[in-house]
Amino acid sequence: MNSKEITNQISKAANYLNLKKWDYGASFSNDYSVQVDKGEAKQLKASQKQILTIRVWNESNLVGITTTSDISETGIKKALNQANIASDFGNKNESTEFSPLAKDPIKVKEVKKRNPVGIKKLLTLLREAEVKLLESHESIKSVPYNGLSESFFERVYANSEGAYRSYTNSQAALYLYARAEEKNKKPRSSGSIKLGYGVDDLDIESCIKDASNQTISHLNYSSIKTDKYLICFSPESFLTMINAFSSMFNARSILDGVSLSKKDSIGEKLSTQALNIYDDGLHEKNISSSPFDGEGTPTKRLCLINKGRIENFIHSESTARIFKTIPTGHAGLGSKVSVSPDWIVVEKSEEIFDLKTSLDHSTYKGEFVYIQELNAIHAGVRSSQGSFSLPFDGWLYKNGAKISIESATVAGDIKYLLKNIVNIESNQEVTTSGISPHIWVDNLSITGDA
Amino acid sequence: MLSSQIKSNEIEFGSCNKDLLEEIISYGLVLGADFVEIFVENTDNASVLAEEDFITNVSPSFGRGAGIRIFKDKRDGFVSTNNLSKQGLMRSVSQAIEMLDITNKKNKKEFNGLNKHRDYRLSKKSWIDEIPTIHEISEKLLVSTKSLKKNNKIITRKGSYSRNLQEVIIASSDGTYASDIRLHQTVGLNVIASDAQYRSNGSRRFGSSGMPNEFRFWDHEKAANDVFESSMNMLYADYVEAGQMPVVLANKFGGVIFHEACGHLLETTQIERGTTPFENKLNEKIAHESVTAIDEGISEGSFGSLSVDDEGMEPEKSVLIKDGILKKFISDRAGELRTGHKRTGSGRRQNYSFAAASRMRNTFIAKGEHSKEDLINSINSGLYCKSMGGGSVGATGQFNFAVEEGYLIKNGKLTKPVKGATLIGEAKDVMPKISMCGNDLELAPGFCGSISGSVNVTVGQPHIKVDSITVGGR
Repeated sequence: MNSKEITNQISKAANYLNLKKWDYGASFSNDYSVQVDKGEAKQLKASQKQILTIRVWNESNLVGITTTSDISETGIKKALNQANIASDFGNKNESTEFSPLAKDPIKVKEVKKRNPVGIKKLLTLLREAEVKLLESHESIKSVPYNGLSESFFERVYANSEGAYRSYTNSQAALYLYARAEEKNKKPRSSGSIKLGYGVDDLDIESCIKDASNQTISHLNYSSIKTDKYLICFSPESFLTMINAFSSMFNARSILDGVSLSKKDSIGEKLSTQALNIYDDGLHEKNISSSPFDGEGTPTKRLCLINKGRIENFIHSESTARIFKTIPTGHAGLGSKVSVSPDWIVVEKSEEIFDLKTSLDHSTYKGEFVYIQELNAIHAGVRSSQGSFSLPFDGWLYKNGAKISIESATVAGDIKYLLKNIVNIESNQEVTTSGISPHIWVDNLSITGDA
Repeated sequence: MLSSQIKSNEIEFGSCNKDLLEEIISYGLVLGADFVEIFVENTDNASVLAEEDFITNVSPSFGRGAGIRIFKDKRDGFVSTNNLSKQGLMRSVSQAIEMLDITNKKNKKEFNGLNKHRDYRLSKKSWIDEIPTIHEISEKLLVSTKSLKKNNKIITRKGSYSRNLQEVIIASSDGTYASDIRLHQTVGLNVIASDAQYRSNGSRRFGSSGMPNEFRFWDHEKAANDVFESSMNMLYADYVEAGQMPVVLANKFGGVIFHEACGHLLETTQIERGTTPFENKLNEKIAHESVTAIDEGISEGSFGSLSVDDEGMEPEKSVLIKDGILKKFISDRAGELRTGHKRTGSGRRQNYSFAAASRMRNTFIAKGEHSKEDLINSINSGLYCKSMGGGSVGATGQFNFAVEEGYLIKNGKLTKPVKGATLIGEAKDVMPKISMCGNDLELAPGFCGSISGSVNVTVGQPHIKVDSITVGGR
């Protein structure tokens, strides 16, 4: 069944079950991936997936939901029936409705969907990449984590009031994670990931080069003394931090009492006036962009922090209604609808008077810690308390020389971190989760074992 | 010997699918596969969320799918699909064969048809009627969240339940033919406490496998007291001061450190990648002599227990480390093929869309002879980790774990609560430093995410003392 047929099938079955109000979201995908081990194909994988989530509203306007991978006529009927039963337990404390924007026009970026290149080409390309990475330096002994994949998918939203949206796209990903070993030293690892609409869009050479350079740059390592340091966050690590604490901008989290922000926090000063943060799912560099969210609301660019102050929260239909605003295109699909950011854009505003602009990660000669990548986010972040304690990969810079930090954590509080931003560099870099310049923060705690 | 007559053109749960499965397997072998495995599943899941005094989410889900794996020499191709028709399954076999680019059609082994069906479902078919209804679950969760409301510092209260009922059929060209029903239920309680600028969290999760009535007997009052006390103890806690120090790790979920930091390094997938420091250490000392560690899938009701693994093998009890000496690796079919370590009934996957891999089940450090007090009394200045949060292990074996509830130890006594602690180290450095094991082994349920998805596991240990470890803080 295609998405139009599914919509008709649901409509027919809903009529039969006397269900007048319903909506659904569906995704269909075909994925192909390969892994290699020293030139040999290790695991080759293909999957065909279909997921359908149906919501129905009962006579008391309570919502029930069911998710299934069985998109047969029988499966759809069963799903509607189960959702109807679940609606007896619908949330009486907070109602859910269709998004008022579910029929608004959507901005579809230029379609860049690619055709599959096939497993054989994926395998050939990955084998070649592995060989080049192994040959790039004598200390690189293996590439234990690697993969090349391509995915082709369609997303659909429709409801009983005639809203219908569908969107197709493709995505390819390459990751190379190398392991280097030198005599009498601990093994060191690092890697790189590249995304594209299709395999032919992937910059394979730069992925190899980045993985090699990153890994080698950690060979000369040392422990670091526990102390407070001036920190330079790479674009990737700063975006990781912002995403980990995105509950500060999340209306759902605020209503659930798990956010550091409150309903009246709009306008609260969080940071230097030089900081602007947007959520921009439709950004031209966002490979994974979708023109609508789980409730069919169009995706849009939204300012979260303007000149250091909270400007907007991200919303679903129900949170927007409670906050007396409009949905922002950040909802999932559920009886209790989740809300999450799409793609974070960090910028320097024009108000830069309090920045120490001499701090530049490529030229600064003083002592600082460069945090390249933060790890174990799920374990080390307490978003409801604002605290974090995270292991990281990075270097200690001193007198113009840099040495890889053997094993250490950075700890602190997100509000303290934002308040202590001392510079925002000018050049933004694109990462897989957003776009940001390097960000400097003073006086954060690092624990090492020197 | 092959069946010439096909009785059904689609996998039907609850029916005999032998002929169809044999035809699919034969088809793969004719096309040149050395080995063909079919894993089919049918799921019926539900989750319920109570927040404050309301049920805010009830989410049922169901689905069907198949994962087909083809081996040729040491390579494997895996295809998953929702199409369980004969045509759909054969298309998946063809796709897997095509991916492997098989030109040599000669098989290594002959297929003599499937063995006698091992049906582990027989005593489990009534589970679906015995498990609590959504109404029962909702009622109990609401009583539980009400129990969490013990003072006005508790600002959020949550209770969650999830149930996963999975029926599987496993068939492969070595004759394996088995069916099983698995039931996993978990319930969790969470609170956030707040007073002025102070905030703390408290959470606990409980779980069982194959025990449909377990939730009805769950002592929600005891659980609520535990979560409440934890959040109150931590509400005004200071941040821990970072440094090297001895620590005592509590029993039950304290075992997550062994699971993450050492257990994963004993899975054959890590040998295949060359990422375990223990690869060539079999029968060598890798831990303190007080440490014996076990991985098994047979304890009744434990969250990681199985009647049969996802490759059709009954799980065994594997003594991984005996008195500090490495004795065994955790292995699956691919692990045995590629590393030579015998299968241990540990081939596991989240669902049909993942190929099975060597994964832990119920993994724990065996009990020793000391009391908890002996361990704490032996420390002049250190940290007691009463409750652990999550953690992770890097590609070269470094681990880090958040301490959810910690207390300073001074002169052999527990003193003030501290927050923000992270334990950092490497398994091969820390294992020899586990110098004392308590006599109070207990297990705790959890979910483990790795190469074949998220699987149900149990972690466990008695109280243990680590002589020195890096504690991250402020």
